Amino acid sequence: MSDRNAILETLRKNRPATIPLPEINLARSNQGDLLEKFKSVMAEVGGQAIETEVHLVDAALLKRYPEFKVVKSGEILDRSMLPELQVFVLYGKFGVAENGAVWVPEDVIQERVAPFITQHLAIVLDKTRIVEDMHVAYEQIDVAASGFGVFIAGPSKTADIEQSLVLGAHGPRSLTVLLV
Amino acid sequence: MPHSFKAARFNEDVARTEWHDQALWFVRAKRDKVVYKVEEWEQLRAWASQIKEHTLSKLDDYLEEFEAKATENGVRVHWAKDADAHNQIVYDILASHNVSRIVKSKSMLTEECHLNPFLEARGIDVVDTDLGERIVQLAEDSPSHIVMPAIHLKKEEVGTVFHNTIGTEAGATDPQYLTEVARQHLRQQFLQADAAITGVNFAIAETGGFVVCTNEGNADMGVHLAPLHIACMGIEKMIPKAEHLGVFLRLLARSATGQYITSYTSHFHRPKEGAELHVVLVDNGRSAHLGREDFRSSLKCIRCGACLNTCPIYRRSGGHSYDYTIPGPIGAILAPGRDLEKHCSLPFASTLCGSCSDVCPVKIDIHTQLYKWRQQVVRSGHASATKRMTMRMAGNIFANPKRFRRAGRWLRRSLRWGPSFLINSRLNLWSRSRELPEAPKESFRDWYLKNRGGKHE
Repeated sequence: MSDRNAILETLRKNRPATIPLPEINLARSNQGDLLEKFKSVMAEVGGQAIETEVHLVDAALLKRYPEFKVVKSGEILDRSMLPELQVFVLYGKFGVAENGAVWVPEDVIQERVAPFITQHLAIVLDKTRIVEDMHVAYEQIDVAASGFGVFIAGPSKTADIEQSLVLGAHGPRSLTVLLV
Repeated sequence: MPHSFKAARFNEDVARTEWHDQALWFVRAKRDKVVYKVEEWEQLRAWASQIKEHTLSKLDDYLEEFEAKATENGVRVHWAKDADAHNQIVYDILASHNVSRIVKSKSMLTEECHLNPFLEARGIDVVDTDLGERIVQLAEDSPSHIVMPAIHLKKEEVGTVFHNTIGTEAGATDPQYLTEVARQHLRQQFLQADAAITGVNFAIAETGGFVVCTNEGNADMGVHLAPLHIACMGIEKMIPKAEHLGVFLRLLARSATGQYITSYTSHFHRPKEGAELHVVLVDNGRSAHLGREDFRSSLKCIRCGACLNTCPIYRRSGGHSYDYTIPGPIGAILAPGRDLEKHCSLPFASTLCGSCSDVCPVKIDIHTQLYKWRQQVVRSGHASATKRMTMRMAGNIFANPKRFRRAGRWLRRSLRWGPSFLINSRLNLWSRSRELPEAPKESFRDWYLKNRGGKHE
């Protein structure tokens, strides 16, 4: 008997009594200012939020990263550019106020590894597209529509050496969200 | 060797025990801070528990649904009935692609199956990329915690390991510097790997996709640079729908490290162009465990580690004292299911304080299961001779009222009149680190008879 059938047979034999699925419906009180919450949580998790306007994005990037080369999603000409990425800019879909996360599906990043291999990451985000929490977040997206998608909440980090927080473990050393 | 012996050895270094205890409690405290801010926390726990219980009551259906959807998406799904089958499947996939070096992100499942030595024996170089796991790998040590594998090492020790293996300066201990050197070293590994292996935090039956959570971004660095991604998962990691991720992701990082969410929550549905994506579904005793009515709910576990961080025994004995892939309270209720005799001491590595059950995001009744496993251990004859003897003696005394009264009188007298060198001697295990209580002058029964005349009011 194949492993598949053996496993399924044992699972069927050992099935406990059926438990119904709960309905997930969170009663929400006053949400408060989602933008302010998003900004403060971002700071808490080691990211930086800058409020600006669409036509000022390039200037804001220059100010934030004066010594680095800025490459936007769509401007990666070939894969050899990837390990050399210093600042990579992408356009996030929406943010989540409870944890400072931004939803980044495959179609906004051109290359899946770009937001991770870059030394610094900048995300441009529409400041009116901030939802309260992860329940609302999953209502906004069809996860299966993208071959790959990621919630990014802050720079790469680790505390594996005696619990000391270090930013920039393997992924980006910094995360800047430009709220337009 | 039983847990208590290993724990005793760990405790010989009193300062280090204190340090380890505080390090783990610090993480528990961080968890509390963020959890107390979530008004609906208990509701989330109840939902998570019920979603998992529901899934377990239909796991065969959900696995088939997942397989169908994933296959439709171009993902290759494999089934492994045990650790050997899992290891062979992974090796075969790698071999068929002529892979000689791989990078691997954190997967307790692959630890459980002892994948690394299996692959290395067959000429495949395995680099663990989670920083904690890399430290432990370079130190030729083993992980002591499921989320923070190197929590048992001080930065001086990490510095020494790195100096001997990846060329950091002798005597360097600054975590920032050490992490930077590890970053550069592991970047090379990512760029040169032929394949990447990851674990799975949650698999979604309705979409055929799965989610991997990291803070470092190491899983993504590995899989997006390599043309082959193998994701290994225990079959109990299944959840029915994508919307359920809202519940679990709000619970996971808060419980594990006191963060709102991990830096990266990656959702995989289809391989990237020109690449292959494989998922290996692993049983290894889980389907059998489903048949154990008292213990099946331990399959709800989402591997957050909160129970480890809160457990006074784990904090003060360390993960290596458990001698099992997964230590701590959850390990102590999973291990006996795999090998009752080998792990018979683990259910006794507990005061049954119940803190583990309290912090478990999916409401596993861990402390109740610890107690039930104790009964299994004793029933199957694996309790130690000392325990059997003392329990039999105690049962003998408690069963007979006169004997009980005589024993109580003797105990009260010896505590009051016995020489302290005897009472506090090395033979009295209780008094090794505790003062004994002051002995009352009379038993409650004696007082009652004297003051209430044995009559009911």
